[in-house]
Amino acid sequence: MSSPTPDWSALRKDFPILDQQVHGQPLIYFDSAATSQKPRIVIDTLRHYYERDNANVHRGIHELSNRATNAFESARERTAKFIHARSVDEIIFTRGTTEGINLVANAWGGKFLKSGDVILLTEMEHHSNIVPWQLLAERTGAKLAYIPVTGDDGLLDLSKLDALLTRDVKLLAMTQISNTLGTVNPVAELCERARKLGIVTLVDAAQSAGHSLVDVQAIGCDFLAFSGHKICGPTGIGVLYARAERLAEMPPYQGGGEMIVTVDFHKTTYKQAAHRFEAGTPDISGAIGLHAAMDYLDAAGRDKIFAHDQALAQYAYERLAEFKNVRLFGPKTGRAGLVSFLLKDVHAHDLVTVADQRGIALRGGHHCNQPLMRKLGVESTARASFYFYNTRAEVDFFLEVLCDIQKFFGA
Amino acid sequence: MFDDLQELYQQVILDHSKSPRNFRRIEGATRIAQGHNPLCGDNLTLYLVMDGDVIRDVSFVGDGCAISKASASILTETIKGKTKAEVEELFEKVRTMVTTGEMSGSNLGKLAVFAGVHKFPARVKCAILSWHAVKAAVAGEAAPVSTE
Repeated sequence: MSSPTPDWSALRKDFPILDQQVHGQPLIYFDSAATSQKPRIVIDTLRHYYERDNANVHRGIHELSNRATNAFESARERTAKFIHARSVDEIIFTRGTTEGINLVANAWGGKFLKSGDVILLTEMEHHSNIVPWQLLAERTGAKLAYIPVTGDDGLLDLSKLDALLTRDVKLLAMTQISNTLGTVNPVAELCERARKLGIVTLVDAAQSAGHSLVDVQAIGCDFLAFSGHKICGPTGIGVLYARAERLAEMPPYQGGGEMIVTVDFHKTTYKQAAHRFEAGTPDISGAIGLHAAMDYLDAAGRDKIFAHDQALAQYAYERLAEFKNVRLFGPKTGRAGLVSFLLKDVHAHDLVTVADQRGIALRGGHHCNQPLMRKLGVESTARASFYFYNTRAEVDFFLEVLCDIQKFFGA
Repeated sequence: MFDDLQELYQQVILDHSKSPRNFRRIEGATRIAQGHNPLCGDNLTLYLVMDGDVIRDVSFVGDGCAISKASASILTETIKGKTKAEVEELFEKVRTMVTTGEMSGSNLGKLAVFAGVHKFPARVKCAILSWHAVKAAVAGEAAPVSTE
């Protein structure tokens, strides 16, 4: 915590993609909540792997296979450190947050949930933390319940928690940071409440893992999932943390190579976790690229990154609040690095199209949060999401463009 | 201020999106068709009164971006009095125009304001949504259409 604040403008130069013009304007990338850009070290690590070390893992005897295996397993160790897992065996590589949640729903949920059980979610979950549970509920007869969101200010209504935490609740799954509202949820507090009642917990860390320090032991969750591509790593790689006790009781997710000890025509024995949950050739280069991304982020300091992103989002939020005919979503203070909003009489997609012509990449739509959108009574919002490579000058230009958009559409 | 955007957001389009024509429900409509692009949030319902193959009256309600609303509004002005076959022919011409910009000899009248859409591939689905809905309506298809 005592390390100096990074030189953000120097770090920005590590991202080759940001140095370009879009529609004749300097690119302003405000869509990092969808996917982050990649620093040169991650791109170089991928190239080096494919140019020098590429081979399959865990079965080769030759030199390249040893190198690839060592690099892949070293990425697992790095990931355990990144989220402060007790053991490297608690780290399962997946394709991303979505696959991590599906793995839990299938392997853990398929074994332990039965008819009448309740899966407790929150109303601000991404579709990826709703649909796998709906599928599980359909298979098992379990039911879904939701911790409500208060309204436009986007907080969880914890006054309802006592009533919701019934003895039928077997699993609580929630996001740490809302991708639509920017809300930072008190996941450690919620996990503690759940644990006392014997409820298993899952945290969706897709928006938090690369933007803040994430400590699975401090949170006290049973499962935590995140994606590599949102934290400066490659697409196609993700991480599922699973507490050792949970892994020990879980059957395999997918069957195939890499996850077996012996296979007979009628009977197979499986490896221990985490390999038991990684059937088939994994995304080797993805894990190695993710390792480079984690080193990069921690060299900058994720606590510093959070403060930077939060300051930009708070600034954007406060300046937007001065606009006429604006509707803002999410908490007034303490938000993570994004702002979701609507301008009256300007549809989000028109806004995003015009901003794009000014070089600004925004997101407009339902942000994979359709039930929340319906609750808030909107079809879509526009969202600007920030990362440490974004600057206050970019936010100022964005606000200028929004003023022009209001004039253009006569709003 | 936004010279490069005038081609997409022509004055006629902005006007129709702010003051859409035939923006009402028709009691006793013989065909109702819904167009929904959930990703965008475009959600339009078209009402038709058909007399045999001829469209006697047409209207719409709903919400969406400027392009989708203006497109639906101008559609209602254009197709009143036209036959099913004429609507199907227009659909093809409009689709060609918004995807390629090509409209030579198409005689599209006011619909030509949507020619600029082809330079904005992400917005083609907005311009064509009401046309898919009306095509389904005249064909008697009841299921909601989407252009996503």
